[in-house]
Amino acid sequence: MTYITKPKLHHPSLVKNQVGYTRRDYEGAISTLCAGCGHDSITAAIVSACFELDIEPHKVAKLSGIGCSSKTPTYFLGNSHGFNTVHGRMPSVLTGANLANRELIYMGVSGDGDSASIGIGQFAHSMRRGVNMVYIVENNGVYGLTKGQFSATADKGSKSKRGAVNTDDCIDLVMMALQLGATFVARSFSGDKAQLVPIIKAAILHRGAAFLDVISPCVAFNNHEGSTKSYDFVRDHNDAVNRIDFIEPRAEITTDYAAGSLQEVRQHDGKVLRLRKLSEDYDPTDRIGAMNYLLQRQAAGEVVTGVLYLDQDSQDLHGSLNTVGKSFNRLTEAELIPGSAALEKINATLR
Amino acid sequence: MKPTDISNPDYFHKVVDCQWACPAHTPVPEYIRLIAQGKYDDAYMINWESNVFPGVLGRTCDRPCEPACRRGRVEDGQTKEPVAICRLKRVAADFKSDIKARLPKVPKQKNGRKVACIGAGPASLAVARDLLPLGYSVVVYEADPFAGGMIRTQIPKFRLPEAVIDEEVDYILDLGVELRAGKRIESLKAVLAEGFDAVFVGTGAPRGRELDVPGRKEAAKNIHIGIDWLSSVSFGHVTKIGKRVIVLGGGNTAMDCCRSAKRLGGEDVKVIVRSGFEEMKASPWEKEDAQHEGIPILNYLVPKAFIHTNGKLTGMTFDKVKAVYDDKGRRNLVPTGEPEQQFECDDVLVAVGQENSFPWIERDIGLEFDKWDMPKVDTSTMQSTIPNVFLGGDAAFGPKNIIWAVAHGHDAAVSIDKFLSGEDIKVRPQPGVSVFSQKMGIHEWSYDNDVALDKRFKVPLKEAAVALKNIKVEVELGFDVATAFKEAQRCLNCDVQTVFSDNLCIECDACVDICPMDCITFTEPGEEKALRQRLVAPAVNLVQDLYVSGALRTQRVMVKDEDVCLHCGLCAERCPTGAWDMRKYLIDMTHAGPKCRPEQPQRKAA
Repeated sequence: MTYITKPKLHHPSLVKNQVGYTRRDYEGAISTLCAGCGHDSITAAIVSACFELDIEPHKVAKLSGIGCSSKTPTYFLGNSHGFNTVHGRMPSVLTGANLANRELIYMGVSGDGDSASIGIGQFAHSMRRGVNMVYIVENNGVYGLTKGQFSATADKGSKSKRGAVNTDDCIDLVMMALQLGATFVARSFSGDKAQLVPIIKAAILHRGAAFLDVISPCVAFNNHEGSTKSYDFVRDHNDAVNRIDFIEPRAEITTDYAAGSLQEVRQHDGKVLRLRKLSEDYDPTDRIGAMNYLLQRQAAGEVVTGVLYLDQDSQDLHGSLNTVGKSFNRLTEAELIPGSAALEKINATLR
Repeated sequence: MKPTDISNPDYFHKVVDCQWACPAHTPVPEYIRLIAQGKYDDAYMINWESNVFPGVLGRTCDRPCEPACRRGRVEDGQTKEPVAICRLKRVAADFKSDIKARLPKVPKQKNGRKVACIGAGPASLAVARDLLPLGYSVVVYEADPFAGGMIRTQIPKFRLPEAVIDEEVDYILDLGVELRAGKRIESLKAVLAEGFDAVFVGTGAPRGRELDVPGRKEAAKNIHIGIDWLSSVSFGHVTKIGKRVIVLGGGNTAMDCCRSAKRLGGEDVKVIVRSGFEEMKASPWEKEDAQHEGIPILNYLVPKAFIHTNGKLTGMTFDKVKAVYDDKGRRNLVPTGEPEQQFECDDVLVAVGQENSFPWIERDIGLEFDKWDMPKVDTSTMQSTIPNVFLGGDAAFGPKNIIWAVAHGHDAAVSIDKFLSGEDIKVRPQPGVSVFSQKMGIHEWSYDNDVALDKRFKVPLKEAAVALKNIKVEVELGFDVATAFKEAQRCLNCDVQTVFSDNLCIECDACVDICPMDCITFTEPGEEKALRQRLVAPAVNLVQDLYVSGALRTQRVMVKDEDVCLHCGLCAERCPTGAWDMRKYLIDMTHAGPKCRPEQPQRKAA
């Protein structure tokens, strides 16, 4: 915990983005997490991503459940809408909010306990429904707030800080998200902002359910030898399949790349995601191929990171429900109560 | 870039911008913290040991520390202003109690060595202060009836009350100086013949430069050389001046002249300067003070002639010029061709510069002079070409200021002490460095790391109506205790250093994320020039160092740009492994005495 607030003073070269804010304007209250927590790095990455995308903070809603990870929305976007929900219920509350007001950018922040244990059902349904959101799991493999018991994402065979070996199989949320129909799936590491920030940006720009599993070492309880979620382990076993170079419409290719090393993925709104391939055979538009690759590498003890899957023709919940283009919360009485003639017309179609 | 060697005392000394910029290297943040704690005696003694005249300097110092102050680079908004370091020094002097018991004890048993100091100004008094407690016998010669030198003769009393001078000069005289005042030394040869073991020349730059334009001789009665006139005012020989006064010159002496004239009956006082207003030599605050008292400063006017009728000065004429810069960036003042300008006046004060003058040093006694007729003096030892003759203050390298004179005095005292101990005076002592971690608890530091956002506080002034009536009424009232505390809190504690241990770092980025100034980067090693460009925020201030660690586990290095660090300690608070620590590096210049001798183990930074 930190007792002084971060001084308001800033570097003289600090710039403003197109909507008139500096990066510092996207910060929130000072973190009360343990020093060195990976979650704080993810917070900083979200701050950078929103600043770089010129997002107006009041157009973002950040929702979370319970846990160390779920505390973090307090530490970024201090001028956004926020809702700390019940343990594991972030996806449901977010789905409701999204239905009521589709104009906001929805950012759901959760942890491995919040999403892989108590809230696993909520997680699953928000993915399969395609709620338009960024679902970030800050995954440290332990219950940090209750002193470091294994969570459901801890790898079988990994060791706790006191030496106990985890005998349970682990839940791989990335694999589940792929199975359940998420249209953007990525994994990253809190200690690699160069990879993480562009992924968050791409996820924000994606229409539909974007799932991000971010390995985030718990310095207090899960950063020791024998852990598979420590800084050292992830650095040593990181199999990054690609890097995002640009997310721009019609961006010129300005750098020379080896033939076949670039992959451009066009998205629904015409934006092109340019990926620099690090693993030659990996195709992030192939869901089944992605799952195969993940299973193989995971068996080899590797942590696969990067943009793992991207559906170019993604739909979201509003699309599949065929809702009106206007946000529900802006519909007036005239639109909501169209009168008995309209009711008759609807009833007629059901006879 | 190679990893930074923080065991070199200069590395962290440079980070303390104020201390590094101070010729005497006074540990500024240390005494400012003591002022905030109300420990005025301790704050005063730190100053007294380092700069000898805290009360005097707290009012009159040229304060090279303030333009250097980091605060002036990091504040928000239009005005970025340094901590009022100089005026805080005065606070220590104003609110201290009787510190006499804390002055050094002078041994009753002398060491048998006799040193003469010529001129009783700040340089000589600093030499005497350093040598007396070591057992030397010190004789100080002074042409004026009192000791103090230019502190007493040239600084007007409304800036520096006599009582302050007396107090601080007496602290030194009371150590047992044998003062031979009231008689000018006419021959260095004669002094040397008296058999002193060493002689220190601290005679200042006593001659005001002349202005040789038509009418100078004819109207001489109402044309005065600035420093001589100030001296006469100071000793009460001059008590009034004409109603219309022109002051020529753009330095601090000109500012003292015009403000003094305003108090001695000058109603229409103006300063006229050759250069542009911006290039004037006077410190910005001294120009401000003069303008505040309703004295206009007219620029780009070159004196052409004194106008007089029947030997009585009636005015002056000037040519209007403009500044033109040549290919090499040198400035030339070129006539604009406009008609000459004439100003009526009753008196003119000429403050266009000061010069050294050594008519009393014989040219055949082995003391060599250079082509500008200045004595050859070693810049670090202060030694002349006669091995036991040393110079300092304005006498050594031309007109500077009090704080430089003090610094020269310390250097000369070290040389004299080593010289008379039969040692090589070229080997200069390292500063003493003491290192203390400031960590008290998980998030507790023994310094106040919260950065105050207050803007610089103004020193209250005596109302002009009263101040302008009496030349002895001090204009600046000094900070009160409450304001002094708030001003002291603006200090960033730059001496509390961010110390990085690469073997403890786990590269979690917590420090990078929390740093409010974007000072810290983890990146691939590289050459300094390229490195400066690829940091989180570019390091464009090239005079400020980069702190580079050894290789970390990922083969990257930590690079910290020292330029705008607030020393808030958040990097260390957010560091899970203690790889960052906040450590106070108290750097203490080594003065004359046992510590400057090589027999002692050299003091080194931990």
